[in-house]
Amino acid sequence: MSTPTSLASLTIGSVRAGLQKKEFSAKELTEAALQFAQAENPETNAYLTFSPERALSAAAKVDAEIAKGSPMGALAGVPLGVKDVIVTKGVRTTCGSRMLEKYIPPYDATAVTRLEDEGAIVIGKLNCDEFAMGSSNENSAYGPVRNPRALDRVPGGSSGGSAAAVAQGTACVTLGSDTGGSIRQPASFCGVVGVTPTYGRVSRYGLVAFASSLDHIGPFARNVEDCATVLHAMAGRDEQDSTSAFAPIDDYNALMKHPVKGLKLGLPTEYFEGLTSETGAVIEEAVKKLESLGCEIRKISLPHTKYALSCYYIIATAEASSNLARYDGVRYTMRAEGGGTLADMYRNTRGAGFGVEVKRRIMLGTYVLSAGYYDAYYKKAQQVRTLIARDFTDAFKDLDGILAPVSPFPAFKIGEKVDDPLSMYLSDIYTLTGDLAGVPCMSVPCGESKDGLPIGLQIFAKHFDEATMFKVAYNYEQATTR
Amino acid sequence: MNLSEKDVRYVADLANLRLSDEEVPRMSHDLGQILTHIEQLNALDTSNVEPMAQVLFDADETATLREDVPHKPLSNQEALANAVSSGAGYYKVPKVIDRA
Repeated sequence: MSTPTSLASLTIGSVRAGLQKKEFSAKELTEAALQFAQAENPETNAYLTFSPERALSAAAKVDAEIAKGSPMGALAGVPLGVKDVIVTKGVRTTCGSRMLEKYIPPYDATAVTRLEDEGAIVIGKLNCDEFAMGSSNENSAYGPVRNPRALDRVPGGSSGGSAAAVAQGTACVTLGSDTGGSIRQPASFCGVVGVTPTYGRVSRYGLVAFASSLDHIGPFARNVEDCATVLHAMAGRDEQDSTSAFAPIDDYNALMKHPVKGLKLGLPTEYFEGLTSETGAVIEEAVKKLESLGCEIRKISLPHTKYALSCYYIIATAEASSNLARYDGVRYTMRAEGGGTLADMYRNTRGAGFGVEVKRRIMLGTYVLSAGYYDAYYKKAQQVRTLIARDFTDAFKDLDGILAPVSPFPAFKIGEKVDDPLSMYLSDIYTLTGDLAGVPCMSVPCGESKDGLPIGLQIFAKHFDEATMFKVAYNYEQATTR
Repeated sequence: MNLSEKDVRYVADLANLRLSDEEVPRMSHDLGQILTHIEQLNALDTSNVEPMAQVLFDADETATLREDVPHKPLSNQEALANAVSSGAGYYKVPKVIDRA
């Protein structure tokens, strides 16, 4: 059976090979993976809940299929961790909030169902900022996650647990969600691959809503191929989500292996202002590497980038203030004591159940939607969103992809920015635009700071052109590893 | 842009959110800071720009329609399983109007 070291470096391919050669059964691998993850978890606090029953029953199904000689699913036996804002039937889903401490969902998210249909094994639920609101995982009601690459630093957020588990090796692949950078920024901070697909590429059914017009589910893995395999397995139209897309799903894993020679990639000037010189130097090296592989690099401008932060914090909080109205002490497991009227109960429950960042965003969202302010804030932000999206459409007329940093700086210290919301928000300035425009984007590790902190390269592509995005990432990864 | 403590309490009421006396001044400061940053949007002329509510892709107008196939919904018991208080198949809540 696998040693802990090999468990920590599992890939979808190595799991498949091991099962095919009968080196281990899915049950043996699942038991070992659970034991390893549980033993290692105190170091990072990445997992909030383990799901051994569900995992072992899924593993038994995989073993039975193999015994029958049926073809193996694309993710057969692969240990999967799921961000705790994605619902899992019968397995507690907290959203990192006190409000949902005891919430047991009565259904599964479509993304989870599709991955399990391909044989994936859900071993547990991963820590995150409360309701996915944050950039450091410090807004979790269950304590921060520590970055496996530097335990005194944040793993990024909001999908901090999802990135940390993959970096630590306590999951082979994980699911996260991205509304303003919550997959790419932690992937960059933890040195793993993280993908935000095109808006609508993956069904949001079962993703607890933060900002519905911006929310995405996406994968984390230790290499580009594994991310592509997971995305391929969960992508596609779902009748349960009317915003999920009909567009055909490309064979990412085949297409990414074609050479990048001749691809036209843009470097937006606006993404190279205000970042640390260290990050800038690492990104420049990565760009040179892609140039040496035959990509044509062009300086471009995405002129409305500087408005993204303001635009995002109006739209995201407005949608959040509406989406989070449902946590009212009636349906979702928590009600504050204290009696009084129904209105008192609502107010007391929400005051006690939400953490400070969630309250701040509900307040901002309520304010920008309130009578007399709607046009000045919300409508204005929606118009600016059009301009930001148009920047991408215009740029992509002559380009195949866009390269940029993920974050202006690498992982910061736990506690460093927690009392300064605006400075925390600034760690997302390069990722917000992708969500606002709805284009696919990802982070691929591309180097380290002097202190050994990982830095990620961000790759954007056209709507539904994940194949080109993966091709750039895969070719870069192959040219720089080993 | 300043948001007075009175404004903060008003918005908190709209949001059905009880804020403690300590939270109110902090919220006033934080929201003021964020709203000041947001004022930069006023520099942009957007008078002829359509607002974008959603990422949209071309599709047939009837694309999202589906067959009306009956399926089993959540049972009453499942739907109420996470309720704080329930009885006779309903959610139970405190009285809505206090006449005292």
